[in-house]
Formats: sequence, C-alpha cells, structure tokens
Amino acid sequence: MTDKKNGISRRNFLKGLGVASGAMLLPAREVAAAAGKSDEELCTLLDLSKCIACGECVSACREVNEPKFPKPKKPYPEMYPTSRVKVEDWSDRQEVDDRLTPYNWLYIQSTEVEYQGETHEVNIPRRCLHCRNAPCANLCPWGAAGKQKNGIVRINDDVCLGGAKCRTVCPWHIPQRQTGVGLYLRLMPNLAGNGVMYKCDRCYNRIDEGKLPACIEACPENVQTIGPRSEILKKAHELAEKNNWFIYGEEENGGTNTVYLSPVPFELLNKAVEKGPGKPGLSPVEDSMADEEKLAYAVGIAPFAGIAAGVIKAGKFLASAAGGKDND
Amino acid sequence: MTSPLFARLFKWTIFIMALTGAAQMPIFKRYYIADIPGLGWLADFYLTNKIHYIFGAVLMFMALYLLIMFILAGKKYFRLSSSGLLRVVLYGAVIGTGALRVIKNLHSVTFDPFTVMLIDWTHLGFAMLLGVAAMYAFFRGRKPYLEKGVGMRL
Ligand code: SF4
Ligand code: SF4
Ligand code: SF4
Repeated sequence: MTDKKNGISRRNFLKGLGVASGAMLLPAREVAAAAGKSDEELCTLLDLSKCIACGECVSACREVNEPKFPKPKKPYPEMYPTSRVKVEDWSDRQEVDDRLTPYNWLYIQSTEVEYQGETHEVNIPRRCLHCRNAPCANLCPWGAAGKQKNGIVRINDDVCLGGAKCRTVCPWHIPQRQTGVGLYLRLMPNLAGNGVMYKCDRCYNRIDEGKLPACIEACPENVQTIGPRSEILKKAHELAEKNNWFIYGEEENGGTNTVYLSPVPFELLNKAVEKGPGKPGLSPVEDSMADEEKLAYAVGIAPFAGIAAGVIKAGKFLASAAGGKDND
Repeated sequence: MTSPLFARLFKWTIFIMALTGAAQMPIFKRYYIADIPGLGWLADFYLTNKIHYIFGAVLMFMALYLLIMFILAGKKYFRLSSSGLLRVVLYGAVIGTGALRVIKNLHSVTFDPFTVMLIDWTHLGFAMLLGVAAMYAFFRGRKPYLEKGVGMRL
C-alpha cells in the first residue's frame, strides 16, 4: 500500500477515505458524501514522540466546540437526597485546562520517564478514546450515549439525564458532568438526574462536513492522523516496528478508535502520569463487555431450548391425555 | 398449567430481572439502598448487568416453554384472562426489546444512535407498564393468567 493510500497525514485524510486529491476543494456536501463511502470506522493515531505540549489542539477544541458547551442557569434545583447528590458545576471554572471537564474535552498530560538510560519527556493528548464496543454507550439505560457507524461515540445532550453511569463504567472515567442543564430539568429535577455528561465527540459535525477534527487540524507537529481503522493500525505497526515503539488502544477495552504510539512503554507512562478525577491513566484495560459477549450466547440459545422443552412436554401431556391418564 | 416449583422459579426470575433492571439506572446508590449491608452489589453496574443477562436467558427459556405448551396443549383446556393476555403481551414486548439490547451490545453490531434510544426507551417503558399491570393484578386480588382451569397440571 502506498503512503498516499494510507491516508494518514492530515492532508491525506480525505484521500484515505477514497476521495480524490482535489477533495479538499470540493463543496462540503460532496466531500461528506464521498467520505461516507468508506464503511470502516474512523480511527486516530497519536504519535507521542511528536507532541511538544504547545496546547494548540486544546485551544482549537475549546474554540470550535464552544457552541456545544453547557449554558446552565442558576440557581439549580435542589436535588434529593442532598447529602448524596452533589452539584457538579464547572460553569465558573471554564478556563480549567489541565484535566477533562464539561468545558475542556481534551488536555495534555505531560510527564518525564526514564527508559533505557534516557530521560524522555512525553506529552499525551487525552480525551475520549472512542471505544469500538463502548460500555458508556452500551450500558446507558436511557439511550443517550451511542456509537455511530463511523465509530464516533457521542452523548446526546438533548437526552442525557446526567446520572453519570457512563463515567462510572468507562475504564478511563472520561465523560464529565455539568449540573443545571438538560432534560432532567423538565422531568423530576429534585429526584432524578443531575445535568448532562460531556466529552470529545470527535467533532462529528466537522467530519460530516468533510472537515478534520479541530485538534488534528490545529496541531503544528502533525501529532494526530485520522483514517479508516485498518490503515491506521497498519501505519501504527509499521512505525512501532521501525522505531521499537509501543502501542496503546489497539486492544484496550476490546479495541478503541484511538491508537497511541509511544517511544516508552505505557506501563512507565501510566506510573508517571498524574491520575485522578478527569485525569485518566494508561493501564492495560480488559474488554469491559467480554462477559456480556459470552452471556449473549446463553440468551441466544435459551428461547430455542425453551421451545424444544415445551414441545417435548406438550407431546408427553397430549399422549398421556389421549391415554386417559392423569398427569402431574 | 405448571408445577408449583416452576411457578416459584418464574416469580423469582421476574423479581431478579426487575431488581437488576432497575439497578441499571443510577438510583440505588443515590438513594442509599446500596449502602444497606449486603446490597452493595446493587450499585455495581457490570455485575447487575451480567445477572440481568443470565436471568434473562432463564426467563426466555421459561417464557417460550410456557408459550409452546399453551399453544400445543393448553389452549384446549384453558383460556387467557384479559389481564393475563395484557401481561403476556407486555412480557413479550419487554423480552423482545431486551433481546434487542443484548444484540446491540455485541461487538459486531452497531445500530445507529436513534435506534438504540428507541430500544432503550421501549424496553424501559414496557418494563414499567408490566410492573404497573402486575401491581394492579396483585392488588385487585391476584388476577389469574388463565381462566376455566380444569384442575389439571402439566
Ligand atoms: S473512552 Fe470511555 S467515554 Fe470514551 S467511548 Fe470509551 S467508554 Fe465511552
Ligand atoms: S476531536 Fe474535536 S471534540 Fe474531540 S478532542 Fe479533538 S477537537 Fe475536541
Ligand atoms: S497541538 Fe499537537 S503538539 Fe501541540 S499539544 Fe496538541 S498534539 Fe501536542
């Protein structure tokens, strides 16, 4: 496969989706239509050896997505039981950019690690990884979180009630809550819900228009590239093999659509980075939905087993009834 | 139409499904129910989801077993009461939408977000209606599912 076809430099993004090289100049609608032809999920590659922590991506994300940010009105309704349900209000702290918040969907995690006698400064852009079988979307009881066919995992801010289950079940606890906005205000604000959950939506609207996500476009170092997952993985493995680098995200949580490449092992990075609320780690993550996947077989077989058992039992009953015997 | 053991198992299955289903909403922690000693597991979304799957399989087995027996043998002897019919239809809707939830959670399946929302809302809605219907039947003197029993057990 040629470099061009890998479609992984940001300029080649659209080419990677099978669009001609002049695609950038096409009207947005045509670009989007062409992009839609790729039935593979979109995946990003983040080459951590390149990131200089300039923060351009963080600013671009905030700027471009500002219209989507929560606009709560105070005072917020009292939520019961007050001892347990806490207000999570970021509206007065919108400038915070060293962690994930409802107003900051991307931040740079910076750290220094010793590896093979060398000190490496590693900067890691952190945001939602867009899991392929996302537990936040699967387990949302309210259908507010969902995964699009193009691999983007989104939380619908019109529907989300802010129960924060998505944050609990996300292995990296990515989504962040803002109290005082959303549908819960119109239902039973005192008794259920607590706002809306926010996280990176991979600039879905820009992708639909055939544009690149803002953070990718803004990066002066070309840290991120985006394209169909198989091509991104191929490129990631090529680079990892060539440079003895390490990969994170290919297998994590059953596979994500965010692949990190690092010159140092991720266990070292995971130990070194600051972790806590809104500050995810980089530990190995098992597939959260693996057991459900296995149990689905039982659910699939059960009705047929029930039908078979019913037929056998009914046959016995009819036979004994025909024979005039009681049957208990 | 069934043995007392089967009926008891069915009731327990429904109880566990209702409990673990409700536990999918973040309410047991909020309302301190998971703080009651022995009930902490109710706040574990993954655990309660797996239990919901397991007993979902048990429920589907029992429901299809009953349905087939009723169609093949029971219809001659019994008639569904109207409240029984309503509950049977609701069970069908809850089980059907529940099966769709299991399918949508498979790795290889991606439904579009609107379909997912529809599945989740209907599953929750039918389950709540079923709860109301069951309560009604219970408080109006345990309305039976079947009428004109001839005292015969399958
Ligand atoms: S990283 Fe977390 S929030 Fe993002 S898709 Fe995966 S489970 Fe959902
Ligand atoms: S893809 Fe868009 S929403 Fe996500 S971090 Fe980048 S700029 Fe922000
Ligand atoms: S813009 Fe690029 S180099 Fe700058 S912090 Fe973001 S990813 Fe790193």
